[in-house]
Amino acid sequence: MGRLSLRSVYLGLAAPVGALLFALLVCAAILGATGHPPLEVAEAMVGSLERPRTAANSLNSATTYYLSAVAVAIGFKMRLFNIGVDGQYRLAAMLAAALAGASFMDALPSVLRIAMTVGAAMLVGAVWAGIAGFLKVTRGVSEVISTIMLNAVATALVAFLLNPDRLAVTVAGSNNIGTPTITEGGRVPGFGYPGSSSDVFGLILLAAAVGVAYWFMLNRTRFGFDLKATGQSQSAAVASGVNVKRMVLASMLLSGAAAGLVGMPQLLGASYSYALDFPAGLGFTGIAIALLGRNHPVGMAFAALLWGGLDQTSNVLDLSGVPKEIVVIMQGVIVLSVVIAYELVRRYRLRLEQRDVGRALGTAPAAEEVRA
Amino acid sequence: MELRGITKRFPGVVANSDVNVAVRGGTVHALVGENGAGKSTLMKILYGMQGPDEGTIAIEGAPADFHSPADAIAAGIGMVHQHFMLADNLSVLENVVLGTEPRTGGRIDFRAARARISEISARYGLGVQPDRLVDELGVGERQRVEILKVLYRGARILILDEPTAVLVPQEVDELFGNLRELKAEGLTILFISHKLDEVLSVADDITVMRRGTTVARVTPGEVTARQLAELMVGSALPVPELRESTVTDTPVLEVSGLTVASPEGRTVLDDMSFTIHAGEVLGIAGVEGNGQAELVEALMGIRSLDAGRIALRGEDITKQSTRKRRDAGIGYIPEDRHRQGVLLESSLWENRILGHQTKPPCARGPLLDRAGARADTERIVAEYDVRTPGIDVAATALSGGNQQKLIVGREMSGEPVLLIASHPTRGVDVGAQAAIWEHIRKARAEHLAVLLISADLDELIGMSDSLAVILRGRLVAEYDPRSVTPEQLGSAMTGAAEEVS
Repeated sequence: MGRLSLRSVYLGLAAPVGALLFALLVCAAILGATGHPPLEVAEAMVGSLERPRTAANSLNSATTYYLSAVAVAIGFKMRLFNIGVDGQYRLAAMLAAALAGASFMDALPSVLRIAMTVGAAMLVGAVWAGIAGFLKVTRGVSEVISTIMLNAVATALVAFLLNPDRLAVTVAGSNNIGTPTITEGGRVPGFGYPGSSSDVFGLILLAAAVGVAYWFMLNRTRFGFDLKATGQSQSAAVASGVNVKRMVLASMLLSGAAAGLVGMPQLLGASYSYALDFPAGLGFTGIAIALLGRNHPVGMAFAALLWGGLDQTSNVLDLSGVPKEIVVIMQGVIVLSVVIAYELVRRYRLRLEQRDVGRALGTAPAAEEVRA
Repeated sequence: MELRGITKRFPGVVANSDVNVAVRGGTVHALVGENGAGKSTLMKILYGMQGPDEGTIAIEGAPADFHSPADAIAAGIGMVHQHFMLADNLSVLENVVLGTEPRTGGRIDFRAARARISEISARYGLGVQPDRLVDELGVGERQRVEILKVLYRGARILILDEPTAVLVPQEVDELFGNLRELKAEGLTILFISHKLDEVLSVADDITVMRRGTTVARVTPGEVTARQLAELMVGSALPVPELRESTVTDTPVLEVSGLTVASPEGRTVLDDMSFTIHAGEVLGIAGVEGNGQAELVEALMGIRSLDAGRIALRGEDITKQSTRKRRDAGIGYIPEDRHRQGVLLESSLWENRILGHQTKPPCARGPLLDRAGARADTERIVAEYDVRTPGIDVAATALSGGNQQKLIVGREMSGEPVLLIASHPTRGVDVGAQAAIWEHIRKARAEHLAVLLISADLDELIGMSDSLAVILRGRLVAEYDPRSVTPEQLGSAMTGAAEEVS
């Protein structure tokens, strides 16, 4: 079996690496066609990654992307498409920010404040995703449709609440509005990155912990087994005693709770308030990263780092006159090709395994016939 | 024509292993064997549709190496498929020349083709009229067109794959008449069938295949149909039988007034009541689709009841979830293993957990016990003879029979009090079938109650302590398996004996 598992490792790597190479080739071709020397562009991007500030920012982007990917992956493992991570994290971040910035919080010890903020965000995310889960199990509404619609509702709700008459205040010295700034005790200090003016989010540890928890849940718990079984074959899961409706609701709640965390590193480590310029769209990035990382806790970490690195290094492109949108093209090509590559590898692997079994057993029936 | 040492492997199975067939020129040679004995694979190899992994084919002493049916046709081999390959809206003439149109200049020379067809038809007594539309022809006539088609292509060796499967007896006689004429003209015919009386009446030589290999070569004069059947299934054919009765008077499963309607409102189970005692096997006989699937799903809690009560060991489980029922000790061998029995893309040891997520050795509290599950999977693989290189391979890599053995082993684990078994030995080989029966017998002696649903009447009669017949969602008759015959059961299953019971 040692041979099998070694093979499964390199087969597992073949798809993402192959897709990445393919995407690089496509981008090189586009760059070449538009008159930019591909090698120089690559050099500039890699070179910029060596700058401490870019590296720190890449890690920070990766942190939020990873949390978003885990939220999506929890659903994916059960064949549930939580497209609503985006709305869930924005609503959660806004309400958590309002709580964290409220004046009564100043009296509380720092750890409790942070825990309450993060807990509130998870709760809001879970409730928002739970609406979709509830609609699915009671009324059979497709979670794809309902979560997309809930994204729009979340946008409207945030706009309504983020108003000086309600939860927002005007940010001093600008016409931006946001929740009251979180005071020192409610913030999560970052790690200094040598040579960089920007810190690495302290909540990068939270992302790591979420990854470990996700791995543990999937591989070591009965709940995780039920989740995966439901995703693989609903009919077999039902026959094995899984209550599918309960699983749908539970996994939507979990996915939403994880989604609630997406905004936390930024809120508690950099912005300290939810304002109009709070980053949006992270939920959709999470879908791409979950696909790229094959819903695997480690795979998604690499995917998130890759994505973060591409995002941050793209800034250097403008300086050399290359449109930075080339990075978006590259990201798009990576996702498309990786999805295809994974399916090809999956089929190839199944065939290999079947052939192995055939070979291992090849002589057995014949030997019996001799006796008969 | 001679085949030597032909071996062909498919994922998970060896379809042919060391097959040897020697066909004398100018004879009708029959190839017999049960379904799945490897006849069709052998034919595909012979016709160039698949290449053998090992072995050689020789035609009239010269070695042949076919890479496509075209090679086989060029070597004078023609194949008449079980399912006709004719275009209905073309005439016989057009069908026959399709693909090998005789041309003069750029045009099809229909006149030459028509002349040849008439000539062939007359020579072999096929009675085929070239200008009729295939659509208008009967099954027997279509078959003769197929035969003519291969003769037109110059075949000297004809392969007929289960040619009588689609024919009524009168047409079979006609076909055999044609075959004798073909033989008289010096052609060689390889005739594949599992209908033994036909084989005995038409063949000169018979080769018997069993489980992928050739096991005997006989002539019709030296065997009876019965002996041939024994050769086909193997002499060590296991007989399903229960020795002494182990039935106790402790009821395990009590079902009363069970009524289930389909989502469309049709009643699929109608007021069904029965009791199974500890140590008792209740067999349910019935034509498929008479409510067996619904009964099983209702008992497992997968389908909700419209009325009735189910009690397990005296405790009402009517409202309990599937998981609670499994925890209470119900084992479940589903009818459709791919749909309900296994996670195809998961490993064997993960499949061991399926349905037993809550119990040792698979779980400890809310956590999985991976080591326990793996160890117990090894035990099942050994005890139930699951043929696999290891427990980390995905279930889909195993053959259906081996998947079934894994499922049976799993569901017999953890000392169930009740086993609901739908077709427990479907698709497994003879040896494994005997092993599964033995396991059920052993568990029955230790007071397991079994609900056995099977399409195999011998299995039902041999393995059951009591027998009931299900028809249109009702239990219509009960029999004592010690005295009932398959014929009696058969007529009750179709409703013919409804009035009698």
